[in-house]
Amino acid sequence: MTSAITVTDLRIATDDGTTLVDGVSFAVEDGGRLGIVGESGSGKSLTALAVLGLLPAGLTATGSVLVGGVEVVGASERTLRGVRGSVVAPVFQEPMTALDPLMRAGDQIAEPLRRHRGLRGAAVRAAVREAVTDVALPEPDRVVRAFPWELSGGQRQRVAIAMALACRPRVLIADEPTTALDVTVQAQVLDLLDTTVAQRGTALLFISHDLPVVARTVDRVLVLESGRAVEEGPVRDVIAAPTHPYTQRLVGSARTLQDALDAGRRGTR
Amino acid sequence: MSAALLGLSDVGFRYPGRSGRSRRADGSALALDGVSFAVQPGRHLGIVGESGAGKTTVLRMLLGLASPDTGTVTFDGAPLDLRDRAGIRRFRAAVQPVFQDPYSSLDPRQRVDRIVGEPLRSLGVAGGSEASDRVAAALEDVGLGADAGRRWPHEFSGGQRQRIAIARAVVAGPRVLVADEPVSALDLTTRVVVLELFERLAEEHGMTIVLVSHDLAVVARLCADTVVLRGGRVVEQGATAQVLATPASGYTRALLDAVPRLPR
Repeated sequence: MTSAITVTDLRIATDDGTTLVDGVSFAVEDGGRLGIVGESGSGKSLTALAVLGLLPAGLTATGSVLVGGVEVVGASERTLRGVRGSVVAPVFQEPMTALDPLMRAGDQIAEPLRRHRGLRGAAVRAAVREAVTDVALPEPDRVVRAFPWELSGGQRQRVAIAMALACRPRVLIADEPTTALDVTVQAQVLDLLDTTVAQRGTALLFISHDLPVVARTVDRVLVLESGRAVEEGPVRDVIAAPTHPYTQRLVGSARTLQDALDAGRRGTR
Repeated sequence: MSAALLGLSDVGFRYPGRSGRSRRADGSALALDGVSFAVQPGRHLGIVGESGAGKTTVLRMLLGLASPDTGTVTFDGAPLDLRDRAGIRRFRAAVQPVFQDPYSSLDPRQRVDRIVGEPLRSLGVAGGSEASDRVAAALEDVGLGADAGRRWPHEFSGGQRQRIAIARAVVAGPRVLVADEPVSALDLTTRVVVLELFERLAEEHGMTIVLVSHDLAVVARLCADTVVLRGGRVVEQGATAQVLATPASGYTRALLDAVPRLPR
């Protein structure tokens, strides 16, 4: 089986030599789902940005990041533009900042279709319409014409997902995609991600601080603490029997809150 | 049942200028409509809801930052009158806020001891060495050393900053803490620790907590009573155990079902 993403000994450092991500390695097979979980400063979002070749200025990646067989570390902007959108596409936490506020939703979804699939005219409009329908947005005609600020948070995140999936990428990278959403909307968006990546066989790299959300979505999990990978395995095994003290604390905290809720639901609170 | 500490009685509120296209889909432009609930002494109350539920507007009422258009906010059994300056001063000493974002709620240009001591000065509760002693005690109470007082907010982590905000809220000896999503910006492990801190401080100081949150698990962990808000209306309220175990409202059930769970 080929890997959609293979990351080997990834290191990310600042210009003054501070190491932020320290020797992280993982792979995601085609159609596989890996969660990266960790708290503030764990390096999980930087790892995602490194896979996208989007590290901010002042940070340097070393090691190897193969995305669909293409080396991203040290790649030219031209190479990266070819990879982003068509091979790997991101969905970020805050759809209001990920979407251009001055551009109608339909035009934003059309942009990667024109760039990567070379579609024009009626073909673009049909593909946009299909992408909007695929993410179960109600009133697709209205959504296509709407500006981001005319949509709810959940609708905006669906537009962002439609944009990311429009060119049928091999890998979807979702960085805290539901953290800004209400809990009922979160459940709907997670269901949507779940079914769309399953139907298309898209590999998923899912990044979150929220262990229950990660557990619900992925097959395998990688736990990062202060830039280092401390544990990796099938998500059920890691949660059932975490071996690293940091993972044990994460699971313990999540269980504490869940137990409070369950005790309430049993009426034994 | 003892007299309510704080409460809303049939409160309606409409934000000015909200009409025409900014009306909600259901045709309502009301932020709150007929909202009633009571905070009983010693029974922490959770106010749960999603975007647009009216949580923030309720919070503003509970903190005396806005007056209802209809209905009343009650404090110690009497209507709260924002024009009664002496009454408001007593109210502010008794009801203190803790906000969501520990990064924006602390003035970055002031040292921690000055931030924590602010309610003592503004409420005229204490000054001089008594104020310094109370600030040091409050910092110790929340698990920060007294030396934290001479440092600046940026030197602290998110969880530590929320401890500073809690120290500021408790320093003047309030009876009620009104906390707006106080742990939702924190990491999971820090979240549990800060909830435990709230619980301990409430017990030691005889405070009652009003917790506004979108997170049912957080409310279940801390609160004896729960109010569920949706679209500016109370859809359900009662003992937390009852609301969670036998939710009367389909919306409460949907909220419960939407909470992601760890596999067993």
